[in-house]
Amino acid sequence: MIYVFDGSLEGLLTAVFEYFERKPKTVLLQTEKVFQPDAFTESLKIVNNRAKADRVWNGLQKRLDKQWRRRFYCAYLSELPEIFNSLFQFSNYIFNHPAGAEKNFGNEHVLAIAQIATKVEREKHRMEAFIRFQHTADGMFYCGIDPDFNVLPLIVKHFKDRYADQQWIIYDLKRRYGLFYDLLSVTEITIELNAKNLKQPTVQQLNGTEEMYANLWKDYFKSTNIESRKNTKLHVQHVPKRYWKYLTEKQLS
Amino acid sequence: MSEHLREKLNILADAAKYDVSCSSSGSDRKNTNKGVGNGHSSGICHTYTEDGRCVSLLKILLTNHCIFDCAYCVSRKSNDIERAAFTVDEVVELTMNFYRRNYIEGLFLSSGIFKNADFTMERLLRVVKKLRLEENYNGYIHLKTIPGASDELIKEAGLYADRMSINLEMPTESGLKLLAPEKTHGEVIRSLDFVQNQVVQFKDEKKLIKSVPKFVPAGQSTQMVIGATPETDKDIMYTADRFYKSFALRRVYYSGYIPISNDTRMPVLGTQPPLLRENRLYQTDWLMRFYGFNVRELLNDANPHLDIDIDPKLSWALRNLQHFPIDINTADYRMILRVPGIGVGSANKIVQARKFGKLHIYQLKNIGISYNRAKHFIKCADTPFQLKDYQATQIKGFILAESNSKYLKTDNNQLILF
Repeated sequence: MIYVFDGSLEGLLTAVFEYFERKPKTVLLQTEKVFQPDAFTESLKIVNNRAKADRVWNGLQKRLDKQWRRRFYCAYLSELPEIFNSLFQFSNYIFNHPAGAEKNFGNEHVLAIAQIATKVEREKHRMEAFIRFQHTADGMFYCGIDPDFNVLPLIVKHFKDRYADQQWIIYDLKRRYGLFYDLLSVTEITIELNAKNLKQPTVQQLNGTEEMYANLWKDYFKSTNIESRKNTKLHVQHVPKRYWKYLTEKQLS
Repeated sequence: MSEHLREKLNILADAAKYDVSCSSSGSDRKNTNKGVGNGHSSGICHTYTEDGRCVSLLKILLTNHCIFDCAYCVSRKSNDIERAAFTVDEVVELTMNFYRRNYIEGLFLSSGIFKNADFTMERLLRVVKKLRLEENYNGYIHLKTIPGASDELIKEAGLYADRMSINLEMPTESGLKLLAPEKTHGEVIRSLDFVQNQVVQFKDEKKLIKSVPKFVPAGQSTQMVIGATPETDKDIMYTADRFYKSFALRRVYYSGYIPISNDTRMPVLGTQPPLLRENRLYQTDWLMRFYGFNVRELLNDANPHLDIDIDPKLSWALRNLQHFPIDINTADYRMILRVPGIGVGSANKIVQARKFGKLHIYQLKNIGISYNRAKHFIKCADTPFQLKDYQATQIKGFILAESNSKYLKTDNNQLILF
């Protein structure tokens, strides 16, 4: 039996509800995007239902502690095609077993969720580290990113708490939405601008002192390096090359 | 103005880079009254230099003028180098502008000693006060305690800094006497002790009165230079252990000596810094702090030096084969933690998972232990029965054969035929 859903969290949770209503033997959960009809397997299209999804989420909330609820959400944000099935199987496993079943790291779905959640948290942490704001002419601090996973919902709090007295925008170029902080609250925005400008604002769009501080930072990055300890392998391990495009200090001056 | 500032930054960042500490963890300072910045409990490394070290803080000296002549230091009085000094405003401007762009996690401010200790400490204090009080900055500040500065100044600085540190420089008093005749460990100990007492006092008061301000919330750290003087690994780690215990230090840093002068008392210029030794010392440090090892188990009179070709945990296990193999499904958490190839994360997962049924090899592999290493020391549900007991040297041989050290450029166990 294959359950097909639209990829939303609501759809995923509805699918869990449908499973317990029907109790078919084995089920595979797939998104519409990857679903291929199969002559020998039945399929069921999941229709999103807020009430059903809420019931499942409340159930999970009762059974899982804060850390596991966060893992569940993080794993969902990874958007990996195979994680949806894992989340689905994990939920069924939790509901079918007595409390505490989520600690069974010997179970493949439990382990998969813990491991993917770690990956997502790592990406979130990298974004907190590697985002480089550019000060624009209108006083905004801007940064465009394209993280591996959809981590914007996870980094809101960090940036809101930290940069409370400056307006900032963090824009996800890949998923085409961003966060805008207006000194009071953070709102989700989409910007209709050409992609090139979103990636790197032009000199006219930037504040006059931006270049000076970028150069000072590049200088600092060079001066603080100890030549005789050069260790490129370690360097690349910590700052994988795909992140270099964000980093001011890695751009040519 | 910008050119002048660039030059100063280059000189003073270059002089500060031999201070290893760059951690920004341990502070939970909140961003109050809509200011800028806050502490991040686990710290954030914003970038890494090409030598693979993290850059979390803007690490600079206020000045590299110094009245001392310590042989191991680039800023020593007798060294013929360019000297510079920041003004208080320049440091504040740099910090704020870097911080606002998310380049850094905070400021690490140190200084050469000009005139005297109090004069220098007072300047450092002015920088942190301006950041905290005028700029409403709540990010991380790591401040060097200047040896010999007065208690009042240190106490006031502690109210604004997140972490304070003072360097032991050499692992033993005799080593320090040799290279820096003007300095003593006694002075360092006095400062560490003073700050630690204040930390305890403030914490006690906080229990009674909620409004007591934070005092050095991220604790203290220190640093030792390794390889400039002929101390053994045992000397170094015993000193570290003593300081961890007596002053509740958060970190002790080990800095491999990078030859910077022609001084005959030290390794000559061009000698490679002892990177591997430094790595082994950090591994030992971690074993002491997170793996429940006592330093005496790892280093003692019979083994005053750490093994170079294998890590200290494996080395301990091979010396103590009588404890192994342990059964993963029944052994204590403490013992699982001591198995080479199993880390804290995996050990935690194992003790949680085994409540649901005996663990098998494939599960251990999936959990993420380094099975090829651990298999010599553990048993689990489907471990094949083995008649032969291997000797420590044999096990070491097996493990070395299938791992290649990142420090050995060419594998020197085997000749290359083709």
